[in-house]
Amino acid sequence: MRVLLPVPVVLPLLFAALTVLAHRSRMAQRAIAITGVTIALAAAVTILVIVERDGPQSVTLGGWPPVVGIALVADLFSALMLVIGLTTVLAVLVFAVGQRHSDDLAAFHPTYLALTAAVSLSFLTGDLFNLFVSFEVMLAASYVLITLGGKRAQVRHGMTYVVINMVASALFLTAIAFVYASLGTVNLADLSMKMGTLPEHLRTALSMIFLVVFGTKAAVFPVFSWLPDSYPTARAPVVAVFAGLLTKVGIYCLIRTQTLLFPEDHPSTVLLVLAGLTMIVGVLGAIAQNDMKRILSFHIVSQIGYMVLGLALFTVSGIAGAVFFILHQIPVKTSLFLVSGLVEESAGSTRLDRVGGLLRRTPLTAALFGLAALSLAGIPPLSGFVGKLSLVQAGFGAREYAIVAVSLVGSILTLFSMAKIWNGVFWGTPERPTIAMADGAARLRAPRLMTGSTIALVGVTLAIALFAGPIYDLCHRAADSLLHPAAYVQAVLGR
Amino acid sequence: MTIFTAALVAVLYGTGVYMILQRTLTRVVLGLALLSHGANLLLLIVGGGAGLAPLIGSFTGNDTISDPIPPALVLTAIVISFGMTVFLLALAYRSWQLTRNDAVEDDVEDRRIAGLTRRRSRAGARPAMVGPIERADDESTSGGPR
Repeated sequence: MRVLLPVPVVLPLLFAALTVLAHRSRMAQRAIAITGVTIALAAAVTILVIVERDGPQSVTLGGWPPVVGIALVADLFSALMLVIGLTTVLAVLVFAVGQRHSDDLAAFHPTYLALTAAVSLSFLTGDLFNLFVSFEVMLAASYVLITLGGKRAQVRHGMTYVVINMVASALFLTAIAFVYASLGTVNLADLSMKMGTLPEHLRTALSMIFLVVFGTKAAVFPVFSWLPDSYPTARAPVVAVFAGLLTKVGIYCLIRTQTLLFPEDHPSTVLLVLAGLTMIVGVLGAIAQNDMKRILSFHIVSQIGYMVLGLALFTVSGIAGAVFFILHQIPVKTSLFLVSGLVEESAGSTRLDRVGGLLRRTPLTAALFGLAALSLAGIPPLSGFVGKLSLVQAGFGAREYAIVAVSLVGSILTLFSMAKIWNGVFWGTPERPTIAMADGAARLRAPRLMTGSTIALVGVTLAIALFAGPIYDLCHRAADSLLHPAAYVQAVLGR
Repeated sequence: MTIFTAALVAVLYGTGVYMILQRTLTRVVLGLALLSHGANLLLLIVGGGAGLAPLIGSFTGNDTISDPIPPALVLTAIVISFGMTVFLLALAYRSWQLTRNDAVEDDVEDRRIAGLTRRRSRAGARPAMVGPIERADDESTSGGPR
């Protein structure tokens, strides 16, 4: 375990350095990157198997004693997120390799691997300041990826993204300062043991600061508007990995801090209200858009509302529903953005008025979109249905009927906006066709690796739907250990 | 010392936030620098008061030593914000190269939808699905194959 646990973090960083050394040859960079992510994924699966069998595992880096050193902890929640996150990273990497012009800059592969390492570190760390550092590494890599190309649109929208995230980072640092001032430690397990000694109002204040910080990262209402502003202008693999992973890292940290540091025994009104508003405002924003990528960006916001709903209920079934929803959402969201990348590659644009009738011209892409969109909207028997059903059942169990009604309304509106994309892109005729669209009824092609990786990722979502029973049991166990963190604390502190 | 430093932190935060709300990116970068300086100073003062140097062997059990952890956190945070400031300045320079100014601009879609609202309230007519203005800019939202 001492060697295995840091592998998903250290290996991508090492391979990032190797890709920098190999910067003259794009083929060498691609080979190194894919190998690195594959080995990290294999390590993550091994970690999941061990954690599922033996309980939370922890290692303190550098051999230091538990609270003094930085702890890496893998419990069931972290391990599940790590596996699904690295799978998505691998699929998007293969997609980027297939879309030749996407990784034409030598900086793409090192930055992408650094992003992977930072995401793994934020899932595995057990120390609050180390979480800050991993956020910064992740954000730095994302700043580079989102402005890659340096054209006017990227610079304009990249600016907004960078400034907002830097403000959130300054706020995170402030929160860490206050936590250290109150309790004298930044180790998460140690904090969870000592948090009860603080007066109630101080605990609430700290909880609210963390809510704002991680809410900004996760794009919760009302701090979500940076997301639809900056995401659509990035190139397709970049926005796919951002959509699938970065906001979910924010939700992961929100769940981790709220359950470990600020546990409640009844549903939290603040979080319920925020969840409801996020769901509705996100999907209403999606309906108003005219571009496929913008609609999908607003959907990210809306679906985050469901995960916050699961957290807000603070029951085992609520958090289990939230965990399952995250596991379902990461591949579905990413595959939707990969499909939009396919549409852009074959038809030249993603604006609804410039493409149309792609059902006949790219039937495979249409099928992939159909499956992913139905899963997002929550149609049985796909994984979205299982996720939403578990959240609704948890809501009934906690007797929070209003929020359940809001979530169902959100689902209907999600289906409506998916139908809007389907009508605009796959049926009908475009008002101002792009060049690729204009040449009649010929089949439009996209490179095979792109289509192949999208098929694989949609296959992962179908597999989640197929094995929803066992996966939900794992999520239930993860939620149980989140709400009763004695095993986690014991693994880190040894007592 | 602590009251004065705490007030200083408050002033740094306040001016930092004010500068971030400005229009040009250079002022925003200055504001972010002030904000991160405030956060770093805050980290430093929560470590408690002054004391002996925290070197093993140079103090006994009864002495007060200064806390060694906050300076370690602050060093990391300073290096991180240094890197980010450099990146933002490069971004501002790139924006200046492309457009000869470094203003943080509004989102194209927001301006389009705001334009629809203004025209509808003036004319009373139903807005079109796609606005006639901002056509020249719409390629910026869908990159297309390069």
